[in-house]
Amino acid sequence: MEHAEAITFDPHAEEDRTSTGIPHDKMGMWIFLCSEVMFFTGLIGSYIVLRFGSTWPDPKHTLNIWLTAGNTFILICSSVTMVKALEWIQRGDTGKMKLYMCLTLLGGSTFLSVQIYEYRHLLHEGFNPHVSLFGSTFYTMTGFHGFHVLCGVVCIAFCTGKAFLGKYTPEHHLGIEVLGLYWHFVDLVWILLFAIVYLI
Amino acid sequence: MTTDGHTIPNYMAIFWWLLGLTIAEIAWAVLPHHSELVLAGGIVALAIVKAVLVAMYFMHLKFERRTMGILFASTLILGVILVSVGIGELVLPRPGYARGVVHGPTVD
Repeated sequence: MEHAEAITFDPHAEEDRTSTGIPHDKMGMWIFLCSEVMFFTGLIGSYIVLRFGSTWPDPKHTLNIWLTAGNTFILICSSVTMVKALEWIQRGDTGKMKLYMCLTLLGGSTFLSVQIYEYRHLLHEGFNPHVSLFGSTFYTMTGFHGFHVLCGVVCIAFCTGKAFLGKYTPEHHLGIEVLGLYWHFVDLVWILLFAIVYLI
Repeated sequence: MTTDGHTIPNYMAIFWWLLGLTIAEIAWAVLPHHSELVLAGGIVALAIVKAVLVAMYFMHLKFERRTMGILFASTLILGVILVSVGIGELVLPRPGYARGVVHGPTVD
């Protein structure tokens, strides 16, 4: 009988595995985010050196600050809805969790749509990656960030689907928590990029 | 209410702070400034406050174990060193090199 108990399958057993007091999934995400910090620091650091080490056009004359400010607002809202989804599953309300996951998905998709619109407009105006150092650094930084948002939106869509299939419970919702960490990090990076690339 | 051993923060209060700081950032950017350093300093300071709010409350770094804080802080320290070295390249004088002039191999 002891053997029978040992091989009993628990679909959530992996979620709770830990040897540090922090679940492995969560620890893995934090370590991944640390590597992402270095990645974006490299980009931002290079931008600062280039920006202040050479003649640079005023970004406000080329970029639409108000459009991007609106987009920043949307991304911050999606970060709030993500954390509210986690809060509601922790409180045991799966209905509200699903609603907030959908809102997060909507926010992320809207952000990407606005960024695509902005790119199309800028390219139409002749502001492309080849036109200047500002152009190439602008598209590199916002492009890499946009790619991270795209990955996040795909993962949010996947987790929202899982939520509607009833895979998350108040006891087992590590997937939402780990995804939330990634999504908030993407928001955090955008806060810095918006300030450095658009406003300075 | 308490979950996972900590009190759930007031997320909406954090949201209003983030919104207010974003408005302040844009206002600071559109106001006329005599010095580019003042403009950049104000905006970067506001952006760092926003980033700290997101990390502390939305990413729950404030309520996590100390190990996590040390892990994340060590990366930030490395990042600060990286950026500082880059800025040092700009501000520290280099003998024989004029600032803003690219010196490459000459082709005859």
